[in-house]
Amino acid sequence: MSADALIDLLQIIFLTVTTVVVMVTAGFKRDHGLINALTQAGLIGSLLIFVFIKPITPLQVTPLLLIDEYSLFFSALCIIAGIAVTALAYPYFERHNEKNEEFYILLLLGVIGGVVLSSSSHFASLFIGMEMIGISLYAMLAYPVHSNKVAKYPLEAAIKYLVMAGVAVGVLLFGMALIYVATGSLSFDQLALPADATQADQLYVLIGFMMVVAGIAFKLSLFPFHMWTPDVYEGAPVPVTTFLSTLSKAAMAAAALRLLIAAEAFDYPQLTVAMSLLAAASMIFGNLLALMQSSVKRMLAYSSIAHMGYLLVVVIAAAAVPGNLSAESMTYYMTAYFLMSIASFGVVSALSNSGKEMDSISEYQGLFWRNTWLGTVMALTLLSLAGIPLTAGFIGKFYIFTTGVEGQLWFLLAMLILGSAIGLYYYLRLIYVMMLPVRDDLKDDPAARLPMGANLTLAAMIAAIIYLGVYPTQFIETLQSLAGAF
Amino acid sequence: MILVWLMLILFVGGIGAWLAESRGAEHPRAVALGAILLDLFLVIMMLVAPEAIGLSPDTVAQLGQNGDWLVLMQADWIPRFGVSFIFGVDGLSLLLVALTVFLGLVSLGAAWGEIKERSGFFYFNLLWTLAGVIGVFTALDLFLFFFFWEVMLIPMYFIIAIWGHENKEYASMKFFIFTQVSGLLMLLCILVLVFLHYQNTGVVTFNYFRLLGTELPAGLGMLLMLGFFAAFATKLPAVPIHNWLPDAHSQAPTAGSVILAGILLKTGAYGLIRFTVPLFPEASMTFAPVGMALGVIGILYAAKVAFGQNDLKRLIAYTSISHMGFVLVGVYSWNAQAMQGAIMTMLAHGLSASALFMVAGGIQHRIHTRDMDKMGGFWGAAPQLSFMALFFTVAAVGLPGLGNFIGEFLVLLGAFQVSVTQAAFATLGLVVAAVYSLIVIQKVFHGKNKNHYELADLSAMEFICFALMMVGLVWMGMYPQTMLDMAEPTLRSLNVTFP
Repeated sequence: MSADALIDLLQIIFLTVTTVVVMVTAGFKRDHGLINALTQAGLIGSLLIFVFIKPITPLQVTPLLLIDEYSLFFSALCIIAGIAVTALAYPYFERHNEKNEEFYILLLLGVIGGVVLSSSSHFASLFIGMEMIGISLYAMLAYPVHSNKVAKYPLEAAIKYLVMAGVAVGVLLFGMALIYVATGSLSFDQLALPADATQADQLYVLIGFMMVVAGIAFKLSLFPFHMWTPDVYEGAPVPVTTFLSTLSKAAMAAAALRLLIAAEAFDYPQLTVAMSLLAAASMIFGNLLALMQSSVKRMLAYSSIAHMGYLLVVVIAAAAVPGNLSAESMTYYMTAYFLMSIASFGVVSALSNSGKEMDSISEYQGLFWRNTWLGTVMALTLLSLAGIPLTAGFIGKFYIFTTGVEGQLWFLLAMLILGSAIGLYYYLRLIYVMMLPVRDDLKDDPAARLPMGANLTLAAMIAAIIYLGVYPTQFIETLQSLAGAF
Repeated sequence: MILVWLMLILFVGGIGAWLAESRGAEHPRAVALGAILLDLFLVIMMLVAPEAIGLSPDTVAQLGQNGDWLVLMQADWIPRFGVSFIFGVDGLSLLLVALTVFLGLVSLGAAWGEIKERSGFFYFNLLWTLAGVIGVFTALDLFLFFFFWEVMLIPMYFIIAIWGHENKEYASMKFFIFTQVSGLLMLLCILVLVFLHYQNTGVVTFNYFRLLGTELPAGLGMLLMLGFFAAFATKLPAVPIHNWLPDAHSQAPTAGSVILAGILLKTGAYGLIRFTVPLFPEASMTFAPVGMALGVIGILYAAKVAFGQNDLKRLIAYTSISHMGFVLVGVYSWNAQAMQGAIMTMLAHGLSASALFMVAGGIQHRIHTRDMDKMGGFWGAAPQLSFMALFFTVAAVGLPGLGNFIGEFLVLLGAFQVSVTQAAFATLGLVVAAVYSLIVIQKVFHGKNKNHYELADLSAMEFICFALMMVGLVWMGMYPQTMLDMAEPTLRSLNVTFP
């Protein structure tokens, strides 16, 4: 292995070392504050490492990982998710659990999984990354919540996720095997069949891709593979929900787009049709089901299904438009969704702690007046999720529209408009509830003493949402350059 | 830059008003008043002495435009998509901007004594709505236009949702979803238009002037035109997509109704004149008879429904729909008289409807009901208020000598040249208008005060607002040439043939 490859792997190495250090430290001294700070320092260090040492891009590091601007961008997103969750987890778990320290080890492992998944260019690394995220999530989801009403939920959520993810991974592996039978390779860019391939081989690859897409759809919680989403989102401790809805989705989407484009999977029109159906169903059913929720976490869970449906539109568009436009749009929308997810779950997390989760929509009545800061963050984030101008969500939706028009996906665009219309209703309803006069039994400020880290995280997210919505030019230039790889 | 200043003052003033609340409940409105007065000053300068504030023909940028643009400015925004800040005013825009700022002042007067709770956030929303509307009237980049189209929507939603009346949740939601969905349709059409332009020329741009004259396949042109039409007709509103309006109006606080009726509805008409017809001339030509027919149906249907209302604000809301029908007829007649008439109707209706909503809001504020069956004999209790109500009612009916008459008369004159039948039916609207208007005067102001309501008469602030609007209407009625002269160059540049 050359020195260049080592430099490109520095981020992963740094994260791994951090994990070991945190683990050893936790073995000697159980101190929540210390471990939290160590984790935070390690994550920030690994995020900044490439500022000081220029990585060589693009570079194929071992057959497994491809490090280029695109993968570095998504790796950075994964690490930022880790930082945000670390900041939010401290006030949430402090004072309620005695043994919080292992949580951060799992978190770090999940972040490494995200980085590996974002950089994967091979089925093996795809699988390793996915499983690292998955396995750390099984344990994180089950982290106890000390509220009588929901104390049994985390375990239920973890088991549900474990069983469902197990099935999905099985399907994914079988799909990979089928593709391997026909092509004899696991590397993304060698999966395209030659023109004179036999019909049987073509069938294997097609079925293989269908199964791989099903596995990916499970991770992205696309309809009809979404069944676990609301229960897991609702049951898990909020910081874990934040982690699940950002890191695991961003990394999975990054790897999926790379796989589908590199393997020329769009040559199979059947696959495009199947994915279009997934997207349309996710947009419609995700939004419709979100309408009926009285729990904020469940509502956001269904809304995430819808948003992944929107995202899939630009992935499908890759069949008809140049791959770099599709990658650019996907990256923009994923970033926007990432920021909105952290901000919205961050507010829920800031309002909750392990002893009492603030989850029912009615509890949000008058939030805007009880705590104007958190109310404003939540309102702006919801407006962004609804795709209203001045926010990143709007430019994101604009990107999807542009890409969809260029790919001439009229049916999906119609579904997108319909879905957005339904979506408006439940986002606005929550905003409306927050703006109602304060109820007598809910007068006090629920998050009066929020630590600096959580406030900073929310401030950074909301600033980024507004900045990307008002002046996206610079960010778009970055995206254009990283999408050049496609 | 002056246009950007107009908006910046309001944006910043809005934030200032919000922050000022911590110093006391009285402070926000003072900040808001200051911001609007500053804007009004700038607009008056633009109208009477453009040279004094540095506006000369040299400042006109070269954008391939035709027609006389008083102020144009351009700066890059998102070059990736060919999106730039292009603001410009010509006669039509300037008239509407002036109307916006003027009615902003009036709505401030309406809110002055009414909004007591959370006043900081209220004035924030009020000023941001106004800023958004000014953006809509001056943006000449389709992306920018859409941007402002949405920006004016959110604060208005908050105004209805927070300070509205008993059924505010339903009304505000309906208002938002109607406008937003039709807006998304328009966005899709904008993108398709830009994409077609890109296929023809290889340039991605949202610049209005560049997109004018894009060659469109016939069928697609029609679809795109309909997408634009849907967004603007929802806002106007035209029957059959009008039914968000009575709810929104009846639930909104007075200041909200003033802005809605006076300004927001005009953005729909403006969009039709500035965008729908010029961008899709052929499709619009084909569609014109349908557009006119929708207008005529709107005039008659809304008048009929208005007659059946017990709720004072709902009644006025339906009359608004009826009057906006004239605008639709005028726009789709597309000749000099009809267009001038449509613009005059927009301006005059802005004043008269706002004033009527202030009357209705004032009554509701005093007696806490909008039910006309409970009212009666208010003339004795509040003579000044009643006089204002009578004045603006007859103005709305179209009494010669006041602005509305000029507008509707010109519309009918223009429409008559296009279709005698449609013009004849539209004229019936004037007759029905007299019926529903007189019933208001009879029920509310004449007769007996059955429930013995005691009404305070107009406050000084209200009186000033009404007086200003009276002056405006009389001016429009007596010397409409001021406005007609300003609108003419715009219309000429839109290829309306003048005799």
